[in-house]
Amino acid sequence: MANFEELSNAVIAGNEAKVKELTQKAIDEGVEAIDIINEGLIPGMTVVGTRFKAGEMFVPEVLMSARAMQGGMELVKPLIADTDMPSAGTVVLGTVKGDLHDIGKNLVGMMMESAGFKVINMGVDVSAEKFVEAVKEHKPQVVALSALLTTTMLAMKDVIELLKEEGLRDDVKVLVGGAPVSQDFADEIGADGYAPDAASATDLVKSLLG
Amino acid sequence: MSILIVGELINTSRKAIKPAVENKDAEAIKKVAKDQDEAGAHYIDVNCGTQVFNEEETMKWLVDTVQEATKKPLCIDSPNPKAIEVGLENHKNGQPMINSITDEKERYETILPLVLKYKAKVIALCMDDTGMPETADDRIKVVDSLVPKLLDAGVPADDIYLDPLVKPVSTGDTAGLEVLDTVKYIKEKYPEVHCTCGMSNISYGLPNRKVLNWVFMIQTMTVGMDSYIFNPLDKNLMGLLYASQATLGMDQFCMQYLTAHRNGLYEE
Repeated sequence: MANFEELSNAVIAGNEAKVKELTQKAIDEGVEAIDIINEGLIPGMTVVGTRFKAGEMFVPEVLMSARAMQGGMELVKPLIADTDMPSAGTVVLGTVKGDLHDIGKNLVGMMMESAGFKVINMGVDVSAEKFVEAVKEHKPQVVALSALLTTTMLAMKDVIELLKEEGLRDDVKVLVGGAPVSQDFADEIGADGYAPDAASATDLVKSLLG
Repeated sequence: MSILIVGELINTSRKAIKPAVENKDAEAIKKVAKDQDEAGAHYIDVNCGTQVFNEEETMKWLVDTVQEATKKPLCIDSPNPKAIEVGLENHKNGQPMINSITDEKERYETILPLVLKYKAKVIALCMDDTGMPETADDRIKVVDSLVPKLLDAGVPADDIYLDPLVKPVSTGDTAGLEVLDTVKYIKEKYPEVHCTCGMSNISYGLPNRKVLNWVFMIQTMTVGMDSYIFNPLDKNLMGLLYASQATLGMDQFCMQYLTAHRNGLYEE
């Protein structure tokens, strides 16, 4: 019986070497790779998300924990066939057209990935057309849009409108975020949700898909 | 030579300002303008970018309202060139400032004519179409493109305020250093050009943000940053600014420092 708690704690502590060591040990003992992910790595990251949201942990610590978790994931991934890879869902994520900001968006991507979502990170300055293409290709449950400029906020509406035109709007939940964005704005452009920070965004996705 | 302070408080992305602007509460806006003026701001920033559906009309109202409360010139702040032009058209007191131009092709081409037409000071962000800068070299590449272009176009060096773009040290250990190295380069190569920034990004994602912001102001000032966009009502910040100016030889006979002292800035 592997010590999943110790593994979770190593993730929480952001100790990459320890996470790798414990993951390898569990693999050698014959523990199922999927159990290592679901019982050890993800629960650790869930605690990180909760503490981050509560202001008990801070961005650099979250980044260290995510890196530690990735260290473990790299060891277990080759042992799992792609189709068996556990996934909480797929998220297409990007900063909208005309906007080059990426720090917040990448934090969101990292937190969602760590919570078990498959994240398709489209980068910055992503046009509505590209988002629609990505929806067709990856069939995500969620499209998450970021904008840091008041002039590019409206490009979020363009994405929603184009999804409607293409008949895809009902297939996905659209989430919006970024410094100038608010719940009011999200309601106004017909988004399904707004989150003020990366941990809330992850919780929101979970609740929208739950 | 002293530090140019741009008061940042009149911005509709701030919770206290948004309702005041939406309800056209002129007295509330005037008070914030006057407070910043009295606290020592040289320019009053005006930003109503979140009013995406009526930004131009809101800009006119804001500029008019603020100018009823202060004779200080304004820093017209918007990602939207049309809103900037409305602000400039209605600007009355002294030389306006534009926030901001960048080396993104479209932004450069739409903002430059406004800088020239209104003989404005301009904040120039160190970014281009390739994205936000990471390293000092990324920023320097933009500086070396943007500064000669602006000078050739006829913008006086003294009207250019380069903003290296401060990024969080929480997501990159060298984020502070990249800015310091950029400022050192600018001061060496273009000594007549100014440097400005807002510090608050440096502390994103970390506790005790104010302390990091204060320290970063002093560190950047030490290498030649000579303008800041911040909250001039923060007495600690202003106290450190005047003290730092004095110790860096930017305050003849320590007059500004002493005036701040007599005005009670250092009283608890």
